[in-house]
Amino acid sequence: MAVVVAATAFAVSPLAALGGHLVREGGAALHWSFFTALPAPVGEPGGGMANAVVGTLLLVSIASLMAIPVGVGAGLYAAEHRGRPLALAVRFVSEVLSGVPSIVIGILSWEFVVRPMGHFSALAGAVALAIIMLPLVARATEEMVLLVPSALFETALALGYGHARAVVRVVLRTALPGILTALLVAVARVAGETAPLLFTAFGNHFWSVSLREPVSALPLQIFTYAISPYDDWRALAWAGALVLVGLAVILGIAARVTMRHRHGRRVR
Amino acid sequence: MSAPPAGALATRDLSLWYGPVQALDLVSLSIAPHAISAIIGPSGCGKSSLLRSFNRLHPLAADVRVSGDVTLNGASVCASSLPVEELRRRVGMVFQRWTPFPVSIYDNVAAGPRLNLRLERADLDAIVEQALRRAALWDEVKDRLREPARRLSGGQQQRLCIARALANGPEVLLLDEPCSALDPIATQRIEEVLWELRQDVTIVIVTHNLQQAARLSDETAVLIGGRLVEHGPSSQLFTSPREPRTEAFITGRFG
Repeated sequence: MAVVVAATAFAVSPLAALGGHLVREGGAALHWSFFTALPAPVGEPGGGMANAVVGTLLLVSIASLMAIPVGVGAGLYAAEHRGRPLALAVRFVSEVLSGVPSIVIGILSWEFVVRPMGHFSALAGAVALAIIMLPLVARATEEMVLLVPSALFETALALGYGHARAVVRVVLRTALPGILTALLVAVARVAGETAPLLFTAFGNHFWSVSLREPVSALPLQIFTYAISPYDDWRALAWAGALVLVGLAVILGIAARVTMRHRHGRRVR
Repeated sequence: MSAPPAGALATRDLSLWYGPVQALDLVSLSIAPHAISAIIGPSGCGKSSLLRSFNRLHPLAADVRVSGDVTLNGASVCASSLPVEELRRRVGMVFQRWTPFPVSIYDNVAAGPRLNLRLERADLDAIVEQALRRAALWDEVKDRLREPARRLSGGQQQRLCIARALANGPEVLLLDEPCSALDPIATQRIEEVLWELRQDVTIVIVTHNLQQAARLSDETAVLIGGRLVEHGPSSQLFTSPREPRTEAFITGRFG
């Protein structure tokens, strides 16, 4: 018993230390201007990471727009046509892709987006994040759809639903809470990705919401500020880390809530 | 010769194979319209395959072959003039394990009508209420139509599934062991519902419960090894069966 308690304490202590330090350091540096001001030049007090917050939202939104339709479609296909060569390929590629280090996916995006464009861009960063999201979304969709009892699909057919309608309106609808949960987890995961953005989105000290221009992101800005020699920049890096963790926590809670509502409280 | 009454199902020389395995062997059966017909037989005798050939759900299994014909009111259910979706609206089905959609009670019942009809709200309300009344569920759920269907008890969920099938206005209702997972009281409620429904719907019920077949059905068909062994009025079939194999089965000597 004592061993279990000690092991638990040992396992929890890094998290507690991290959380405590993060809230103390980050909380001290976190002001409203963090969300409204651009980064200040070196030596000037104040400044924020508004452009990085917007950049992260932009990158994650564009990545989601690319990855979610493709991933849900691929996962649905893999579940519907289990055993077919293409379905096996979807599953195999998803498994391999989810094991590829994210920096390698960054290189992929650099090769196929940055090089042809000739410069860094938000689009290249979003493509890298989308490739990271894709296998997460596809696998989760496949698993959730496979959990739907086939009797439900047959019931829909027996009521006069066409095949496609039964799949979308009944099977996908039934799997939806689980898929939504997985989507939120995937978004939280890529929102914190740094490595694949280093040489794709690249970072930017100014406002930009153009897909063709380099754009800042919270992890990039934290990276830049954390390795800087200036105390006020390092303090802002802590604030950025706190915001990033806060975002992950919010998405995690949202995921839990959608899980709990798996059996649907409100309809239409 | 007058047209056959609505809801008259029949098979002619119906055979069905799953790959090399034959599930039905030259079954020719006329289901009495506006009555309750029970299909009984040992496990794996082809009862469910027969039932699913009535609304053409059988091709969902891999590698299925069929010969012979199934007719609804004299017309083949495979005729190109009868789209499979329309057939399934006219021949409703309820499954062994209740299968409410993960939506509200109301939306479950409204699912079928919403598919094909553009209805005013009031008309849809009326259809839903009537279907729930016919399934003897209205009084229990009328104040909670917006609640998730899965909050209902098992017996209520099964009656909801019956109401959902009825909302399409079917001529025939197929039930595949609808009570096998229910307690005796819930089973009795469903039998009462079916007994009322038989006045205007042809009912075909597959059951493992011989007492249920005997007390509920007007006619019974015995299927053994994919073959129709005996078919006749239940009162006669259960008291003085013509076939020795029927007698062996209903007295529990095999199956």
